[in-house]
Amino acid sequence: MGLFDKHLAYRDAYKAIQQAGADPFTVRFDAVVSPTEGVVEGRPTILLGTNNYLGLTFDEKAIAASVKAVQERGTGTTGSRIANGSFEAHVALETALAEFYGRKHAMVFTTGYQANLGVLSTLVGRGDHLILDADSHASIYDGSRLGHAEVIRFRHNDPEDLAKRLRRLKDVPGERLIVVEGIYSMIGDTAPLKEIAAVKREMGGYLLVDEAHSMGVLGATGRGLAEAAGVEDDVDFIVGTFSKSLGAIGGFCVSNLDDFDVMRVICRPYMFTASLPPAVVASTLVALEQMIAKPHLREQLNSNACRLYDGLTALGFVTGPAASPIVAATMPDVERAIAMWNGLLQSGVYLNLALPPATPDSRPLLRASISAAHTHEQIDQVLKVFAEVGTALGVIDGQQRAFA
Amino acid sequence: MDTVTDLSLREIGLATSKVLGRTVEVTNDTHIGRDLAVDSLALMNIVMELEDAFDISIPLDRLAAVETAGDLSKLINDLRTKA
Repeated sequence: MGLFDKHLAYRDAYKAIQQAGADPFTVRFDAVVSPTEGVVEGRPTILLGTNNYLGLTFDEKAIAASVKAVQERGTGTTGSRIANGSFEAHVALETALAEFYGRKHAMVFTTGYQANLGVLSTLVGRGDHLILDADSHASIYDGSRLGHAEVIRFRHNDPEDLAKRLRRLKDVPGERLIVVEGIYSMIGDTAPLKEIAAVKREMGGYLLVDEAHSMGVLGATGRGLAEAAGVEDDVDFIVGTFSKSLGAIGGFCVSNLDDFDVMRVICRPYMFTASLPPAVVASTLVALEQMIAKPHLREQLNSNACRLYDGLTALGFVTGPAASPIVAATMPDVERAIAMWNGLLQSGVYLNLALPPATPDSRPLLRASISAAHTHEQIDQVLKVFAEVGTALGVIDGQQRAFA
Repeated sequence: MDTVTDLSLREIGLATSKVLGRTVEVTNDTHIGRDLAVDSLALMNIVMELEDAFDISIPLDRLAAVETAGDLSKLINDLRTKA
């Protein structure tokens, strides 16, 4: 018996995918030349799977600030903030985030994954109840395992099922923390947050919303689904990331709750990791300013999302419930999902292949994420390639060519 | 006690059949992963069916120790008597 024997089933499945063409889990870009263009095996490739919603990875001001920071402050902090102290930019970023969300407290983490790991394992403990949407991101599930609270799942986007779970806990001691996401990363659907907030108000408990994919995307000022749904006062904690709309890496949590800052000395994923390097903090600060200063990026993003969503739906692909910057096309089976993904890549379109069990309802998906930086020409080219490859593989019948 | 166990075993069989879309028979010794070829996602969906059937919530942390239908049946009965 070897250490890896228990994973043999995964190895075999992985080999089967590799044999079908390029390896979707180790795609190598020879170059990335803009937020929407890369080069794969010498081919110019449209990037349609990078979560680069506002296209800020190449923002000139953000790059300049990052270059200046690395020259003036060095390449890394070489330790955690509780041991090595904070750089002034860490504090400035937390102040800017708290101000943006209109909340008293903000805490920055080294990755978005660690933000969920840290916050969920610290806010609730033994005897408390963590109540998760069933389709929660892996970081939420992993955060729930790191802590000691009892973990209960409710049916995806089902406020009535959430209420049922809370009713079953009636008279059971312990705090309740409800966790949902602004936009779910696989098919791009949003939580029914108004209804969920109403359940929270009626039954009691705290509400945390992970706005990883909705920051800068939803809401009049880009604060996410809580803003769009008009329930910010009901949301006790917002978790987010710098690795999507803000084009860098890192995570955060903001809140109005008193004593929030005690997390700095008890939250292990915050305490025992090196803090973000100066260059990342600097570009993130500027990207946040740009996101606030350029609301038209959000309009452009949503217009692009509709163009792709409407186009794919008109071609006959099975898409999610509504247009969002994440557009997923459900594939009939894993075999054709892999073939379709390969066909698209060969034709210069890169997006994400998502296979069960990482997808809802065990359906394989091709997952596209749109950017404000995509041009209409790029989206139309994507639709043309989808139509060709989809027809060749029998995923669509090829007769529906109604897209503009 | 036997009748209680029989009831939860029967419900486990029904929930599994519904989620997998094929009829399965389960006994106390049925290994959920090996004998029924249930992956982690399908198990979660089976658990949701059982939660509805018995009007209980089965905490994820308690599921970690479940390997057989008998383990699951015992967990359900423990949660029901606690409630």
